[in-house]
Amino acid sequence: MKKVHVLGPGCPKCQQVAANVAEAAKAAGVEVEVEKVSKPMDIAKYGVMFTPGLAVEGEVVCAGRIPGVEEIKGWLGAERAEGKK
Amino acid sequence: MSDSQKCACEPSEVLFFPCSGGSNCGQIAHYAAVSLARAGRGKFFCLAGMGGHVKGLLESAKAAKVLVAIDGCPALCAKKTLEHAELPPQIHLVVTELGIEKKSGNLDFSEDELASCRGTLERELDAEVALIPGRG
Repeated sequence: MKKVHVLGPGCPKCQQVAANVAEAAKAAGVEVEVEKVSKPMDIAKYGVMFTPGLAVEGEVVCAGRIPGVEEIKGWLGAERAEGKK
Repeated sequence: MSDSQKCACEPSEVLFFPCSGGSNCGQIAHYAAVSLARAGRGKFFCLAGMGGHVKGLLESAKAAKVLVAIDGCPALCAKKTLEHAELPPQIHLVVTELGIEKKSGNLDFSEDELASCRGTLERELDAEVALIPGRG
């Protein structure tokens, strides 16, 4: 189970990131637990200044843009291949 | 998202990274960035976060189109920090190259010196931002 955090106040861009994560996880066959982080102070703990942001297993993988499904699959798959975190 | 909550979904196109060093020139770099940020020309960003390789800050910086490194002196700490983070700046200014003598440990500077630094940055910004697609 991968822990994924979607960082942002909850606007349509954040929702799109969450939707892309769900699609990527399904396509990659990876089980994910998605949590939305919407409070500014909580987002700040990740160092993210521009949203939407995305963190996989606690590590920020992108900020200030909507990552594509293939890109997200890579982040989920790469971690799985490394067999860590 | 509540109406009162400001969305951070519009990344700034321009980020300022002054060295903010311990001299008159370092402070000129710092306050030139403050002045330009307050004027809406970009966002004052966290150089220390680049040096610390804070992933969230690095990824946020990647979303910008123009990174501005403002160094007080030829040590080039701001530029080198960005390059170490694999984020080379599009604009780089060295305050001492404006003819301002560095005085280590002295944090005082004149309004004219600050205006000189700010003016130079504004001209370079105007030229660089014009190159951004859709902004020229």
